[in-house]
Amino acid sequence: MKLDCKHVWPYISDYIDDTVTPEERRAIEQHLETCEICSAILDSVHNILVLTADDRIFRLPLGYSQRLHERIGEELAKAAPDGGSASVDDGGSRE
Amino acid sequence: MVQALAKEMEWIARILRGERDLFHELIRPYERVVFLTAVSVLRDSTEAEDAAQEAMIKAYRALGSFRGDAKFSTWLTAITLNEARSRLRKSSRVRVESLDDTGPEEDYTPFLVADWREIPSETLEREELAEQIQCAIEGLPPSYREVFLLRDKEEMSIEEIAQVLGVTANLVKVRLFRARMMLQKRLAPYLRRELPQQRRWLSWLGGRA
Repeated sequence: MKLDCKHVWPYISDYIDDTVTPEERRAIEQHLETCEICSAILDSVHNILVLTADDRIFRLPLGYSQRLHERIGEELAKAAPDGGSASVDDGGSRE
Repeated sequence: MVQALAKEMEWIARILRGERDLFHELIRPYERVVFLTAVSVLRDSTEAEDAAQEAMIKAYRALGSFRGDAKFSTWLTAITLNEARSRLRKSSRVRVESLDDTGPEEDYTPFLVADWREIPSETLEREELAEQIQCAIEGLPPSYREVFLLRDKEEMSIEEIAQVLGVTANLVKVRLFRARMMLQKRLAPYLRRELPQQRRWLSWLGGRA
């Protein structure tokens, strides 16, 4: 199996996820060894994925966790979940 | 993984028997994925936070229906996705975007680069850079954005994402490929243009100091 650039691009995503077949992997790597452009494209995609995975991208709003647990606390104090039994721990309202 | 589910199942049983406060602990590891799932649909932090809270409340109320067929996180993510989508539909601010992939055919050719110099994560301290990346993700078509965030930020498996979205694993892969290529095409020219300049400036400054 021999690939040219255009045929390598659709595999870049699966290659990163390691979901290509061994034969595809061989063909892709063979191409990458001799093609600087495709290697650079792969590096750029990989780099972008590392950057986007960083916690600084889509930071949680300040105080998010605290507000979430307060809201949950209010709900827990109100009612048992459907299918749940009434509380056995003093009403579950220890907030 | 199996152990985690067993522990969660035990906690759920205890919550259902009345130890309600355990719900706080049950959802703690998933606060982030729930927010990100909501933001992937709503693209607005405040709205996403509201949706995340509501989704958690719905999950609590429906806890008795969780049978452990899927992972708890998968179940929770699916609830969040429904909540966020229904809010998006109700919102007059946002036009209803098609969730299928039948939009105009985009070109998924990457931005061609002859070499690539690694951009370290510390660079994200520059707020405008983080904003650009976030904007590029927000600019993806909704169905690509969801898949991208679940896979590349939350590291869910292709199969889990397929389960959450109710689509085939193959479709998840196609959307992921397109999302990644679109991001490369939008971000690579920007990143390449931005960073070497800063380096030159820094070395010039260093040289003068």
